[in-house]
Amino acid sequence: MNREIAVVAFAQTDHRRTSEELSEVELLMPVLHDVLARTGLRTADLDFVCSGSSDYLAGRAFSFTLALDGVGAWPPISESHVEMDGAWALYEAWTKLRTGDADTALVYAYGKSSPGSLRDVLTRQLDPYYVAPLWPDSVALAALQAQALIDAGDTDEPALAAVAARNRENATANPHAQLRGPVPHGDHVVRPLRRGDCAPVGDGAAAVILAAGERARALTERPAWIRGIDHRVEAHGLGVRDLTDSPSTRLAAEHAGAFERPVDTAELHAPFTSQEIVLRKALRLGDGVRVNPSGGALAAHPVMAAGLIRIGEAAARIHRGASDRALAHATSGPCLQQNLVAVLEGDPR
Amino acid sequence: MPDVLKAPLVVEFPFTRSLGPVQSAFLTGLRERVVLGVRTTDGRTLVPPAEYDPVTAEEIRDLVEVAPTGTVTTWAWNHAPRRGQPLDTPFAWVLVRLDGADTALLHALDAPGPDAVRTGMRVRVRWAAERSGAITDIACFEPYDGGPAQPDGHCGDFADPVTGIVAPARLDYTYTPGRAQTAHLDALAERRIVGERCPSCRKVYVPPRGACPTCGVATSERVEVGPRGTVTTFCIVNIKARGLDIEVPYVYAHIALDGADLALHGRIGGIPYDRVRMGLRVEPVWTGGARHPDHYRPTGEPDADYDTYRELL
Repeated sequence: MNREIAVVAFAQTDHRRTSEELSEVELLMPVLHDVLARTGLRTADLDFVCSGSSDYLAGRAFSFTLALDGVGAWPPISESHVEMDGAWALYEAWTKLRTGDADTALVYAYGKSSPGSLRDVLTRQLDPYYVAPLWPDSVALAALQAQALIDAGDTDEPALAAVAARNRENATANPHAQLRGPVPHGDHVVRPLRRGDCAPVGDGAAAVILAAGERARALTERPAWIRGIDHRVEAHGLGVRDLTDSPSTRLAAEHAGAFERPVDTAELHAPFTSQEIVLRKALRLGDGVRVNPSGGALAAHPVMAAGLIRIGEAAARIHRGASDRALAHATSGPCLQQNLVAVLEGDPR
Repeated sequence: MPDVLKAPLVVEFPFTRSLGPVQSAFLTGLRERVVLGVRTTDGRTLVPPAEYDPVTAEEIRDLVEVAPTGTVTTWAWNHAPRRGQPLDTPFAWVLVRLDGADTALLHALDAPGPDAVRTGMRVRVRWAAERSGAITDIACFEPYDGGPAQPDGHCGDFADPVTGIVAPARLDYTYTPGRAQTAHLDALAERRIVGERCPSCRKVYVPPRGACPTCGVATSERVEVGPRGTVTTFCIVNIKARGLDIEVPYVYAHIALDGADLALHGRIGGIPYDRVRMGLRVEPVWTGGARHPDHYRPTGEPDADYDTYRELL
């Protein structure tokens, strides 16, 4: 069935280094209420609910089931969860709406990185036979990619610092961001990456509401239509991949229709400055494209929600008329292993 | 910020994994100081070897020995090694393409400092003194000036192959239960049990989690419940749990505390196991410095009428 699907509402928390006074559901609930209030929908009106999070962040099994308390799962609801960034939960919800099984869906995602050590936690997503026993942390793996880019002549340390500065300058207009304005670029964390090249570690949550066709028009003045969405993964072996390129991003973008016409805005999920260099190249983004007007992941990076936030930020710009055609990107895994691209459009004005 | 409880939470697990034929040969090889790759049908040699071609997804198992010497394809200087990493002195993370291989292996390079490392530099394997058939049998790489070492052409057959690995994992957290559960735990320390009332449906949840799972709204009004309650349903446990000092059989029950709209769990004591029944009136028994009731015992009151707890089953 070829139905038009749109993002009709987006909400997010303020992203902070720690939210220790809140349980996960306490963190999430205000965002759920906010996103519902924007459409006037009630939980009982939603045809489908899908969420993204990871138990490894909290260190507790099935922690996502408790988050459901914030949705209100009685009477029983149609619900699903992905142990991934909420962008992939949105993909599942989009599929559900495309089939005609649902007209509306709530997608939410949250991550509390503060209870643990994120660099160590993320090692547990690596190949358990050849890589994870060496405990290479997320910054180390990104630094290998950054050095490969420097060796290839694609960037250098001053260019990386400029990426950081521009994103955090953009974030001054984002009240939810964790890092805003000038931030010291700092010492090397793992050379060649400095503190300022890395996304902040923090806690946060986000939610969007999707709706199909006329339902979307009834719920919001200017729906952000998802014209295409696709995601692709590359080999898990880091030494198999060309770390200076992101063929999975390019392929996803092609299938999402990103190259058919220029976009005016791109929200890229690049937790490291070097990854923005890779993504701009893979997505052929020219100078005319506004990249990360929200400040991107370098300004706020609640793990498991940061990708969904890229889609939400892109959609929100369309909602308020700041963009007509926007690209949103989400990533997962080390060194941009898996990538999702969505193309969003507003109705012609 | 309100005071919240916090406590260390350690999650530790010895992940025990079986190996496929290619992984088994590779890791057994490391034990025997032999590095094996696997050849794809288009003639590339993958090191570390995969069981399926990452490009074509074809099953591959044509093992070939490669040299323990190679070239750095990219690197990153790690001045502050973390727990579990290969070296505890500053080192470089490297991707190394071993001589004879077409792909690169991730490991550590022992070097005096970042100025001693560059892409394209020559390195060789430093073997661990004790090897068991794991990636850590390579202790690390070290700088090396020479040309490719000549492998012996090992075909990957070993008399005593390793068939599995144990990969211990430990993550350290600081657990904070949030506002609602902190209040509940603080009350337990005073031998009181508190729940929270939903502002919408007025139900009292215990233990409270800060949200009404029916209405999806925040709960905030604190309500003291119990101490007495009613057994709504129960089971008889006949198998002794390891490390649990309770004689079997015993009864584990759902108990609806007076004033609560949700039953919680507890053990029933002070009455023979086969005399426990739905409707039995019970009260908590606190022992020692425990932060929750040890068990619940009969109060001696008449049984509760079924209609008073039927909604709480």
